[in-house]
Amino acid sequence: MQRSNVDITNLQIGFGGLKVLENLNLHVDASEFLVLLGPSGCGKSTLLNAIAGLIDVKGGEIRIGDRDVTWAEPKDRGIAMVFQSYALYPRMSVRKNLSFGLKVARTPQDEIDSRVGEAAKMLRLTELLDRRPSELSGGQRQRVAIGRALVRHAGVYLFDEPLSNLDAQLRAELRVEIKRLHARLGATMIYVTHDQIEALTLADRIAVMQGGVIQQLDTPKKIYREPANRFVASFVGSPAMNFIRGRIARDGGLAFIAGDARFDLNGYAFRTPPSDAPAVLGIRPEHIEVIGSDHPSAVPARVEMVEPMGADALIWCRLADGTAFSFRSDADAQARAGDTLALRFPAEAFSLFDDQSGQRL
Amino acid sequence: MSATALSSGRPRRISPARWGLYAFILITALYFLLPLYVMIVTSLKPMAEIRQGNLLALPASPSLAAWVKAWTSACTGLTCEGIRIGFFNSLRILVPSVVISILVGSLTGYALSLWRVRGANILFGAMMVVAFIPYQVFIYPLVRVFSFTGLGQSLATIVTIHTIFGLPTMTLLFRNYFTSLPVELFKAARIDGAGFYQIYARIMMPMATPMIVVAVILQTTGIWNDFILGLVFAGRDNLPMTVQLNNIVNSTQGERAYNVDMAATLLTALLPLVVYFGSGRWFVRGIAAGAVKG
Ligand SMILES: Nc1ncnc2c1ncn2[C@@H]1O[C@H](COP(=O)(O)OP(=O)(O)O)[C@@H](O)[C@H]1O
Ligand SMILES: [Mg+2]
Repeated sequence: MQRSNVDITNLQIGFGGLKVLENLNLHVDASEFLVLLGPSGCGKSTLLNAIAGLIDVKGGEIRIGDRDVTWAEPKDRGIAMVFQSYALYPRMSVRKNLSFGLKVARTPQDEIDSRVGEAAKMLRLTELLDRRPSELSGGQRQRVAIGRALVRHAGVYLFDEPLSNLDAQLRAELRVEIKRLHARLGATMIYVTHDQIEALTLADRIAVMQGGVIQQLDTPKKIYREPANRFVASFVGSPAMNFIRGRIARDGGLAFIAGDARFDLNGYAFRTPPSDAPAVLGIRPEHIEVIGSDHPSAVPARVEMVEPMGADALIWCRLADGTAFSFRSDADAQARAGDTLALRFPAEAFSLFDDQSGQRL
Repeated sequence: MSATALSSGRPRRISPARWGLYAFILITALYFLLPLYVMIVTSLKPMAEIRQGNLLALPASPSLAAWVKAWTSACTGLTCEGIRIGFFNSLRILVPSVVISILVGSLTGYALSLWRVRGANILFGAMMVVAFIPYQVFIYPLVRVFSFTGLGQSLATIVTIHTIFGLPTMTLLFRNYFTSLPVELFKAARIDGAGFYQIYARIMMPMATPMIVVAVILQTTGIWNDFILGLVFAGRDNLPMTVQLNNIVNSTQGERAYNVDMAATLLTALLPLVVYFGSGRWFVRGIAAGAVKG
């Protein structure tokens, strides 16, 4: 099986007057699992369809396996694709669904049989081969759709929200299955989703998109820990990152000031030299902890609500200036609504953003 | 489960409004059934009995003589070989016209819905506008066109005519159906490497069974009931059943044979009736089930 890299340069796509993608650049390594993550309508499917050759591009270049395929037919690009709606051929059996593409390409019958058998075994479809799609469950249908992609022995596999139509449990199961498939085949995969959990669990690298622009392209860890801007910070992570408005002050040691609260910035890795300016402090709920009230950097907050979440609890608080935020604490925390807590906000876990541009500082 | 759902419903009382509705339905049914009844009984009576003028009476001794005459020996102009000639003419016009018009219409509907044909919407709009122009307007120009091409009046001409006049409806029907299908199905087939005709024949048409049934019904009744186009374009040897029927009913030699006229009319109406009653169960729903989440 060949594993192709994908190179997209200055890609432009529009529908009529609407510009969906403008000068988009993206490089995907061979064998990489790249996830395109973003809210619905941001152009993820458009990008994937362009790679597949299903829509015309206005400008730019798409290379797959170092071959310029910008104007090539979908079938000549060495790609396979899995759709959210499964898109199985309803009047064909599972076997015929899997073999249709190979038949069209006039593959010899014994080769078809061996590829279909192999894919069916890998996806546990062997007993279902003679059924119609209407006789399958949602999870089975999506496995057939994945199988139909696998038999193509493509250089790049494209997935457009393949799990979005499934219920939570099946989604988790199939997610693992896809990850296993990638580990086993080492194939290049480009996977579109709006579900950040899927992105974080599956990806080698995530491209977070908004408004047709890639906001950040990085490993899941980096995306989660060092979001490049406020959009990425708020889109990735659940429960969501807290944001506190204030300003950076350099008098008496570097600190972030929000009303009466003072957050020590010692240990924060600034990208640009800090200056006294309005800013937004971001911190994830799991990084805030309760400490003794006599601690020099303790910040007081009033508990508003406790949300038990099974393994732990989410505690909703307000700072003196009224800013609401939440933090994670163990499930048998004693906090009650109305209590005042002393909290530690560790500077290493901060993400500071420019108040105007929203870019990471 | 559905049984319990039904029986657990509130006991239904029939309101006055409902009585009114039933009465209306009953009267409407009578209005349409009464002429049919009269036609059937008349066709089974000998002329002597008809002359007594008892329109609604059942035949004293029902006989199929008028039906046999209508089928085999009624005069349809100069020849007296019954309406069967017209029946077989109509059949010869019908079968190729229905098949070809559905083939062409589904193909254009498919092209206009799924492929990015340049100016598809304009083409489609133009077709719809033309569909609303009374077709009498086109008859004379078309006669000129066909005499110019040398086809003149012939079976090929009338089949072509029916195909052309069926095109807007057939295109609309199939275009709307194919547009309603999930577009991913088409994309998947493209990635699988299937071309224009392969996707049409192997993916789309097998899914379009309900539409094909509708199209067959529409075209069959439309073409079978056609009079003017058949009269103008079919040529003397291919006159359809409707034209022959007209000849039988309107031939004015001697006494009007009401029983034969009725039998001939019923014979002419038979095929559309059979199509309506026979095809109902083929209106299968949910052929596309399984293609999308379901
Ligand atoms: N065929 C189309 N015609 C017109 N606009 C489209 C078409 N496809 C997508 N769009 C528009 O392009 C934008 C991006 O769509 P899409 O790529 O499907 O988003 P996503 O997959 O991220 O949800 C949306 O604003 C959408 O309305
Ligand atoms: Mg999408």
